[in-house]
Amino acid sequence: MTLPAPRRVGLLARWETTPFHLICAGTVAAFLVAFLIVPVATVVFVAFWDGQSLTLVHFADFFRTSLMIEATWNSIYVALMAVIVATIIAVPLAYFTVRFRFKGAALIQTLGVIPLVMPPFVGAVAMQLVYGRNGSVNLLLMDWFGFRLPFMEGLNGVIFVQGLHYFPFILLNLSASLANIDSAMEESAQNLGASGWTLFSKIVFPLAMPGYIAGAALVFAKVFDDLATPLLLNVNNMLAPQAYLRITSVGLADPMGYVISTILVVLSVVAVWLSLLSLKNRDFATTQRGGGGLSKRELRTWEKFGAYAFIAVALILALSPHFGILMLSLATVWSFSVIPDAFTFAHYITVFRDAGGMMANTVLYCGVAALIDVVLGTMIAYLVLRTKLPFRQLIDQIAMAAVAVPGLVLGIGILRVYFDVKLPFSGESLATFWVMLAIAYAVRRLPYALRSCTAALQQLHRSLEEAAECLGGDKSVVMRKIVVPLMAGGILAGFVTSFATAAVELASTLLLVTRDASAPLSYGIYVYMQSAAGRGPGAALGVIAVVVVAIATWAAYRVAENDRARRAREGVAA
Amino acid sequence: MSAPGVEIDRVSFGYGSTKILDDVSLRVEKGEFFAFLGPSGSGKTTLLRLVAGFGVPNAGAVRVNGRDVTDVPPWKRNVGMVFQSYALWPHMTVAKNVAFGLERRDVPKAEIGKRVAAALDLVGLGAYGERRPAQLSGGQQQRVAVARTLVIEPDVLLLDEPLSNLDAKLRVEMRQEIRELQRKLGLTTIYVTHDQEEANAIADRIAVLDGGRIQQLGAPMDLYDRPANRFVAAFLGTANLIEGDLAADGNFRADRFALSGLTVPKPGKACVSFRPHDVTLSAEGRNLAGTIQHREFLGGNIRYVVTVGPHRVTVDTVHRRDSQVYDVGASVGLSIDASQASVLY
Repeated sequence: MTLPAPRRVGLLARWETTPFHLICAGTVAAFLVAFLIVPVATVVFVAFWDGQSLTLVHFADFFRTSLMIEATWNSIYVALMAVIVATIIAVPLAYFTVRFRFKGAALIQTLGVIPLVMPPFVGAVAMQLVYGRNGSVNLLLMDWFGFRLPFMEGLNGVIFVQGLHYFPFILLNLSASLANIDSAMEESAQNLGASGWTLFSKIVFPLAMPGYIAGAALVFAKVFDDLATPLLLNVNNMLAPQAYLRITSVGLADPMGYVISTILVVLSVVAVWLSLLSLKNRDFATTQRGGGGLSKRELRTWEKFGAYAFIAVALILALSPHFGILMLSLATVWSFSVIPDAFTFAHYITVFRDAGGMMANTVLYCGVAALIDVVLGTMIAYLVLRTKLPFRQLIDQIAMAAVAVPGLVLGIGILRVYFDVKLPFSGESLATFWVMLAIAYAVRRLPYALRSCTAALQQLHRSLEEAAECLGGDKSVVMRKIVVPLMAGGILAGFVTSFATAAVELASTLLLVTRDASAPLSYGIYVYMQSAAGRGPGAALGVIAVVVVAIATWAAYRVAENDRARRAREGVAA
Repeated sequence: MSAPGVEIDRVSFGYGSTKILDDVSLRVEKGEFFAFLGPSGSGKTTLLRLVAGFGVPNAGAVRVNGRDVTDVPPWKRNVGMVFQSYALWPHMTVAKNVAFGLERRDVPKAEIGKRVAAALDLVGLGAYGERRPAQLSGGQQQRVAVARTLVIEPDVLLLDEPLSNLDAKLRVEMRQEIRELQRKLGLTTIYVTHDQEEANAIADRIAVLDGGRIQQLGAPMDLYDRPANRFVAAFLGTANLIEGDLAADGNFRADRFALSGLTVPKPGKACVSFRPHDVTLSAEGRNLAGTIQHREFLGGNIRYVVTVGPHRVTVDTVHRRDSQVYDVGASVGLSIDASQASVLY
């Protein structure tokens, strides 16, 4: 008996794909190519191009220029030191939460969020007034003890501000790792005769290491790439500020900016890759989870005292940028004094009068960016999880890779590629058209929105869609009526996260904004902070931005929590 | 003769080199209640999904009421499917869930209301239209899933392990209800299950699947009484399978095992299959001697495992007050009713 001839199964059927899906895939691919791949590839290409052929001459120039060598070492030094500062703050806090049963744990969780709602550049100037040479702390030290501490001198300032801002990355990752260590692992080690230092070095430390590495690598990359904080602290002998200054002062044709950008991208990619690699190992640990966390014990009195003292210091440090910016926004004059001379609401009145346009711009740009993110995020999640389209994983990976592209580099790339493209009618450059800024924001936030959408779709049982198909709903109906409504929580959380983080992005903003009229809030903060007289209004804008981000972050968290609670309820009922 | 309700014609399906279905053919008559029975991984759910339109076979065709639907997407098939997880949409009310299929068919609003109410009445949930699925019990959710499928008056009703999430008592009630509903509406129905008791109880005919192939096809009692191969014999109920040689005179011999009086389809190497309750035990060994290896008291029955040479024979004896009970280690004689045994190859 012979088998019947194989049927010719169309490509679309084999890929479990409809024309509707192809349109989605085309849209996503076009967006990623035009606004991520081409700009970044152009930056790297220009770094290796002398006009006629590929060359290493620009890199040779780079390594012959003493300022560039100095900037490189400074950037590495600052990033490493910021990791150390963050580690010193984060490791004890993480250990307290998982090891001991005490009320401070809730405080530590709050501590983990406080810095994240305020980008480091916003607080940078205020930090100078609190910790600078003539800031509050040093004035008091001088009065009481007769010496000063150089918290904010040169590179120290960048290290201090960044370390305080980024320690939550280590705290959160390390706590998660520690919490995933099963108490049974610890107990079986004890049962086999290990205790004290042996237990820590052989069991706890190796199991917690991936989480620490993941956090530390991210901190290193973020600090290494950051443009805004050094710029605001007037520290220019680092790589990112050098790239920015080269492009904006020497011009778009100057190859040095591209060489620096290439170095930033490569380093950032390596760091993020390292971070993801360690997290993979952590996932492995969670699969054999049973008991949940190390065994906790009560603190002895003197230990409790020590722990609370440490938390208090960390809390004061973490809150000082917030406190400083608030004081600055309310101060009449604050110079060479511990606290401002007098307080006023004048700066808020000024910014509401003068900077209303900037606030409106921020809402518009970030709203558009967040909308792009959730639309693309939903499409990508759907293509990856629900079709067998070839290259779907690649689309996902490219979109995720945006997380490793510094805003500075994306900004330079977009300028380079689209500067000479003129808009019809107005003749304005496409690169500096406001939509392009929203797109740059969208590209950089896409990974967050995408993860949020993917998580939401993963929770959606496939049969919910198949049931609708059986009853006569085609793919687009099912998308509209079933998939999107059921993903709403995840989509909304993704939208809010994108919006909030885009609102305080400075690097790409600085590159792509040319006129004050089209500038968003983040640009306004930067410009105001440049002059002594503008600090008050700049701080007021900063406070407004922080409040917006804090509310949005809280809202995203609430939405996600409600969603989880709803699912849990339905899970119980079903 | 009218076209069958569902015809699966030499269908093969797989990804790359893994074959999930291998040259499967069967016909489900109009109004018939048909079951796909098999262990997990047998391909039964895949076959059901091909009827619904989820996946396109690599070879062969699927026809519904004579229409070739092999390349027709699910939303144009008018084939109703009830999912194992019920797949009720949590963001819609019960009534909205049921109305979905009618809305897709552009049924006028007033009529949708009437038909939704009628469908919910049919499953005894007339008062629950405004509830959310999460507010219903498992059995009620199951009924909503059935109503949602029946309301579109599908050409075929597909049920994918619909009762596996319910507790044992409710499972029996629901399967009777489903069967009565199907009979009332005269619907061509395919029911997928791994539970042989469920398939036996509910289906007119069963296709037993294993390894992507149909092992046997027929009425439940025929499959049980006359299994076509070792797999079917063992999967439907419990069977003792013993390999050996069958002579033309009906005498079967294996290592320290013998049975005579069998009907002989073909002499030579064969496997004899008999049910645990077709064996009787006695204290005196006659033709077959064995030792009690294990004993389980199951209430109405006592199940023994008896070793006969290298073989382990499962024996069920009806238990009555003061009837003979053998202890583990006791020597017993076995007699097997050859007229109830099957010869397999």
